[in-house]
Amino acid sequence: MMGGYGDVQLLNDDGSRLDGRKVDEMRPVSIEAGVLPAAEGSAMVTHGLNVAVAAVYGPMEAHPRKIQRQDRAVIDVRYNMAPFSTSDRIRPGFNRRSREISKVTAEALESVVLVERYPRSKIRVEIEILAAEAGTRCVGITAAAVALADAGIPMRDMIVGVASGKIEDTVVLDLDKAEDNYGQADLPVGILPNTGEIAFLQMDGDLSADEFNLAMEYNFKAAKEIHGIMVDALKRKYDGGEA
Amino acid sequence: MSQGQAGAEQRLVTPGMAIGPSAGKRAGSGIIVAEESFIATQLGWLRERNNTVSVDPINAAYMPRSGDLVVGIVAEVRNNLWFMNINGSFQGLLPMSLAPWKVEFGAARQHMDVGDVVLARVQEVDECHNVVLTMKGVGLRRLNQGAVESIPVQHIDRVRGENNAILQRMRDACDCRIMIGENGRAWIEGSSEGIAWARKAIQQLVQEGHSKGFETILNEMENKTQGDA
Repeated sequence: MMGGYGDVQLLNDDGSRLDGRKVDEMRPVSIEAGVLPAAEGSAMVTHGLNVAVAAVYGPMEAHPRKIQRQDRAVIDVRYNMAPFSTSDRIRPGFNRRSREISKVTAEALESVVLVERYPRSKIRVEIEILAAEAGTRCVGITAAAVALADAGIPMRDMIVGVASGKIEDTVVLDLDKAEDNYGQADLPVGILPNTGEIAFLQMDGDLSADEFNLAMEYNFKAAKEIHGIMVDALKRKYDGGEA
Repeated sequence: MSQGQAGAEQRLVTPGMAIGPSAGKRAGSGIIVAEESFIATQLGWLRERNNTVSVDPINAAYMPRSGDLVVGIVAEVRNNLWFMNINGSFQGLLPMSLAPWKVEFGAARQHMDVGDVVLARVQEVDECHNVVLTMKGVGLRRLNQGAVESIPVQHIDRVRGENNAILQRMRDACDCRIMIGENGRAWIEGSSEGIAWARKAIQQLVQEGHSKGFETILNEMENKTQGDA
């Protein structure tokens, strides 16, 4: 639970954040599509100091057979943080957190991928976090969406992962590491930018209704911006130019 | 539109992108209709032909359809059937009753073993994607010679060209037999130089065809070959 620490100052006297950003300003985002030749589709997303690589394989026959669905494909997501992704070494392998994030990411992606086109199949999505600085699940979702598009998997929309939160009783967009650790709330969401639907939402900490609405407003604004960068990345790869 | 990106109105669309009102037009592959508007579901080039709007995907998986000619590789052998890797999500099943030989029960391996390459046709695909293959038909056989080259499924129509024009040019230029399976595998048979030329031509068409146009690439390669000779 994010209780916050009263003695940690996260906002400067002029209202800006410790890294100089405004409250509704995102960290810089860059995306590259098709970075892994062996995968059907792949993407690398750099969001602030976060670096995530996603690879998509399939659709393939779902194994073991008990996971097969006769009327649709299953999406098998493996989210993993590299041991060197943080300053403290992370023990390699699955843990409770990565299992949870894999599950919520798979459910978010299942709501946008046209899974009914591939009965009994499996679409494997591997998300590897190479460097972490708060908000890795959102960066992972964004990377997975670009990788799925790159792989030619049919989708209703490209889902964008983005987060807002609350620090020192102020709602801010896109928490960095200090804000995530010492802030009061975190609200990561998966947004479908073209339809405005929400495919995934988690909340850690407390927000009032007004704060929640403001945080969502920031999230939607950022999602549009990131979506533009995602489309640019795909166009750069295949069209040879900007959108 | 066999010239890759040569047309002036080529437009790259991404999943979720609104394309325009659906009134009076039909939705083709890669398009869904939502609130009377067309939405792209795949990354690819937008195409409108015969009043149907569709997306030519940049990447796509092979989805078997009944009647497809495929180049399969034997993946498993049982007493009375073979499982073929047909480059799709699922293996294709070839029962001994649909093989071109009279096969005794338990003798399937004597006719074809794991790794053998065959030219087969998709007999049937059910709603659960079970694929049954047949080798009964003109030209369907085990391929004992030649080479197999991969072609991304979405490029097959373009590699063939209108009325197989580009494929025929390739055949003439390298003096090889070339069969292109719908499943993204081409079988090439001829002299080793011819096979090497055809493989190079196919690779170049696949890698550069979207920006240069296939005919330009073939012209360049043919000129280069004549120059070398």
